[in-house]
Amino acid sequence: MNNLISRAKELLESKTVNVVIGYEAGPTGLARPAFITDSAKADKLIYDERCVQNLAVYLTKAEVKNFGKMAIVARLPVMRSIMMLISEQQVIGDNLIILGISEDNSLLDIASISVMQGYIDKCDLGNPSKDREILAELNKMTPEEKFSWWQNQFSKCIKCYACRQACPMCYCIRCTVEVNQPQWIPVQANAHGNTEWHILRAMHLAGRCISCGECGRACPVGIPCHLLTMQLADQVWNYFHVHAGTSDKMNSVLSTYEPNDKESFII
Amino acid sequence: METTRKLIRKHSLELLYKKLSASNKVYAPVTATDKQVEYKYNPPFSDVTFDHIRSTLSVKNLVFPKVENLFIFSNSKTESSITDVNLNLLPNVVLWGSHPCDNAAFDILRSIFCWDINDEFFSKRLEKVTVIGLACHTSDDYCFCTSTGNAPNSVKGSDILLSKLSGGDYIAEFITAKGSSILASSPELFENETEEKAVIAVVNTKFSHEQVTEKLQTAFEHPFWVENSLRCIGCGACTYVCPTCACFDIQDETKGKEGRRYRSWDSCGFGLFTLHTSGHNPRHVQSQRWRQRIMHKFSYMPDRNESLGCVGCGRCSSACPVDMNISEQLEALQNI
Ligand code: SF4
Ligand code: SF4
Ligand code: SF4
Ligand code: SF4
Ligand code: SF4
Repeated sequence: MNNLISRAKELLESKTVNVVIGYEAGPTGLARPAFITDSAKADKLIYDERCVQNLAVYLTKAEVKNFGKMAIVARLPVMRSIMMLISEQQVIGDNLIILGISEDNSLLDIASISVMQGYIDKCDLGNPSKDREILAELNKMTPEEKFSWWQNQFSKCIKCYACRQACPMCYCIRCTVEVNQPQWIPVQANAHGNTEWHILRAMHLAGRCISCGECGRACPVGIPCHLLTMQLADQVWNYFHVHAGTSDKMNSVLSTYEPNDKESFII
Repeated sequence: METTRKLIRKHSLELLYKKLSASNKVYAPVTATDKQVEYKYNPPFSDVTFDHIRSTLSVKNLVFPKVENLFIFSNSKTESSITDVNLNLLPNVVLWGSHPCDNAAFDILRSIFCWDINDEFFSKRLEKVTVIGLACHTSDDYCFCTSTGNAPNSVKGSDILLSKLSGGDYIAEFITAKGSSILASSPELFENETEEKAVIAVVNTKFSHEQVTEKLQTAFEHPFWVENSLRCIGCGACTYVCPTCACFDIQDETKGKEGRRYRSWDSCGFGLFTLHTSGHNPRHVQSQRWRQRIMHKFSYMPDRNESLGCVGCGRCSSACPVDMNISEQLEALQNI
């Protein structure tokens, strides 16, 4: 952590970056995002097991982009999100300094995007083990059981869109649910509207979800909506052997055709 | 006004609950998971919690449901017709065990929905609700009712207010005629009050809302808003869990020749909320939307509705995925 603070100070004092995006502790002890612009305030930065939020979501937000050059504290999911965002041309890698954090919470020396790629390649890129276990249980259900399990979850949804807003890959300026001429997805938060929303979100993230779990963590009513996108991440791996966020030049699985693609899932 | 106070033993409380659920919909809080407390209709008494600090969602959906049909329409070759929703068919509801902050919110909602014209969807629903409130015996760091003119044992909005006694029985305070009619119909369940004291949570005041309102008069352009909302991701969580937020969207949904117009919750946290047809958006960045949230509740509402737009329940802070803590921000605003 001291390394992280001194590196942040160095970057701010030398004006290499205008902001360091990291974590601080809030008044109730929760870790939350911090935007440090003054090296004197860099001592607030923390890094420990509480720091789980995927900070990459801020890289595409207007008021954060206004800072220009920035550094970002990045564990594996953040690094993978950055890869996706660069490959989808939402972020320019050159404007970004990666303060990489390893699995054992130490500061990594990530000098460039290709170094980051090397680091990502060596990591386990599957879904987190606790989610893998829940998915395995869900996958034992019959399609009817699974449908009713999810219907029960969706019935709680209030359409606050925290899941969408928390996801680095949901950066659209106008989400499909906001397109209202015509209205594609019902605005109402009832069984019908909620199911359509969740199917839409899952499909838009197929092959793009980097399994950070942020959407599920953000949900105020406790819907584990990250399991939907993680399930699709598994399927993308099974069918296409691709993990999202592993290169800055990825083609989107669902919008790319390869002659040797497996087509066994087409009914 | 002097109110009647009676003792009700825990087992009599169960009898009262059962009696009320036999003829009404009773809406009561149950612990759903370790983090979620949900209100349900007529849950078994053994599931009802008396110890929760705050339910995940407020109880405003009783009077302002997340989706409310306004009317049904149909079109044929020769004519169109509109059918009103029959509000007289709404059932009576007993709201059971809701805390003083949530109960105080009904008046605030009324000040919005019935500000100039009477919103009959709201007021018909409210008429049907009887509130059996429960004073708070526990609280946490998110609570700040006392900074908004409320209190953990405030009777505002309750027809009956229950307070837990140290021995586990309850005091029932009958506030309104609706509340007293419950006493009149089940006198055998109540006894005379004893010396035993109620356990009431201690919630320290964090700021003076008068001073915050005063400061906000000149704070519109203050750098505070950008600095303190960079982490806000612009979702609707704070609004939708809030007992006093009342914004809605109106939509038509049709299927073939029939359809309905409904309203559903909306939030000033969303970019779409203020987007004009021209493409111009007067609140084009998140700091302006966060400012609106605070300004509406602590400046515009005191000015126009003669009431704060916040009861200090702390729900928005506990629901926020990025720990935007509203009382922390109000405390800071008091001193800018
Ligand atoms: S887990 Fe959720 S938040 Fe994370 S990338 Fe996937 S869809 Fe987005
Ligand atoms: S965060 Fe939860 S409640 Fe909000 S829209 Fe997503 S799933 Fe629904
Ligand atoms: S304050 Fe929190 S809950 Fe409200 S819009 Fe911002 S991120 Fe969402
Ligand atoms: S603004 Fe927050 S604290 Fe105030 S009433 Fe709404 S949810 Fe409760
Ligand atoms: S704070 Fe925002 S969402 Fe809530 S009532 Fe005011 S304008 Fe509406």
